[in-house]
Amino acid sequence: MQTVMSSKMATSNNIAQAKRTVQQLRVEASIERIKVSKACADLMHYCGEHAKFDPLLMGIPASENPFKDKKPCTIL
Amino acid sequence: MGEMEQLRKEAESLKDEITAARKAVNDASLQDTVSGTAVVGRVQLKTRKTLRGHLAKIYAMHWSTDSKLCVSASQDGKLIVWDSHTTNKVNAIPLKSSWVMTCAYAPSGNMVACGGLDNMCSIYNLKAKDGNVKVMRELAAHTGYLSCCRFLSDSEIITSSGDCTCVLWDIETGTQKTVFAGHLGDCMSLAVSPDFKTFISGACDSTAKLWDIREGQCRQTFGGHESDINAIAFFPNGNAVITGSDDATCKLYDLRADQELITYQDSSIMCGVTSIAPSLSGRLILAGYDDFNCNIWDSLKSERVGVLAGHDNRVSCIGVTADGMACCTGSWDSFLKIWN
Repeated sequence: MQTVMSSKMATSNNIAQAKRTVQQLRVEASIERIKVSKACADLMHYCGEHAKFDPLLMGIPASENPFKDKKPCTIL
Repeated sequence: MGEMEQLRKEAESLKDEITAARKAVNDASLQDTVSGTAVVGRVQLKTRKTLRGHLAKIYAMHWSTDSKLCVSASQDGKLIVWDSHTTNKVNAIPLKSSWVMTCAYAPSGNMVACGGLDNMCSIYNLKAKDGNVKVMRELAAHTGYLSCCRFLSDSEIITSSGDCTCVLWDIETGTQKTVFAGHLGDCMSLAVSPDFKTFISGACDSTAKLWDIREGQCRQTFGGHESDINAIAFFPNGNAVITGSDDATCKLYDLRADQELITYQDSSIMCGVTSIAPSLSGRLILAGYDDFNCNIWDSLKSERVGVLAGHDNRVSCIGVTADGMACCTGSWDSFLKIWN
């Protein structure tokens, strides 16, 4: 009796899980998608617009680098 | 046909629908689009500071939004808050559990959080009136290890766990607001979108998922990786996601086109990616690997343009400051290095 009960519960759990999976897939299938060409163009544009403000890309002058130790100059 | 079989068929049909919809908008490749752009010149970053003090492997680090302070977590059982300009330790916080796997700095700078094999996320108040840093909250409910945590504000934090879920917590009451379930494997990493409306998670089921924080819903799932995704980050414009995996590759997925645009790989790289961070403009992607190095990729041209070599063990974590001025790497060799 007990085994029949638990296998029934297992089946209804499996069905509940399968229903959730289908519901989730419905959500993911229904989204709006833009063309890859537009996505790529926008990425390129963003990088281009922001490149000049990117310190790791452009390099940082020593005088403006808070991580660089400023060594005193010795006049020989 | 039984109900189970019907549901299985419907799921397969929906998966085919998604594949077809993605193909229908796949009218170009990133490679073709950028063919007229030159590769970025060789990027040579130097170690400017080495943060010494941990006595065991460093598992995580996170920059404060002020781009100066950062927090690191080590299995020596300590969280250390560093002033990266001076290398001074601002706080050394002893942890109840030394098996820490993640740490985070609140955007306000008022708190830090950590967690790991204790399955909990512990929140520490850095600005207590008596000057002592102590545990403010212990967020307990996950049934697996805490792999990552990120603050939305001083009152909300999102965690990812080996129990395959992510959770949004109310820090004040210490309770779960939302459970984000859906991954079929341990969640390893998460990142919050620049507008704080969504977050992405990477898991051992080889997928990345985009979640709507307020709706509590998974909006999109991205596949393609052949192994665990260990690291995930948003591209700075919030429209794309970068991932790092045990399959030795990084990938860039565009959220609006709902698909992978490019893979960052090289036949000479055969070890897993542990950590990932974009530079301020997104043009550079810095990724830490199991082979002790960090590779710098030109994100548009998918070419390696630099290497950060300097650690004597696995690079476990990486972070770029909010102002883009520096990158920090943390390693199993117990050191953190600041590069620019």
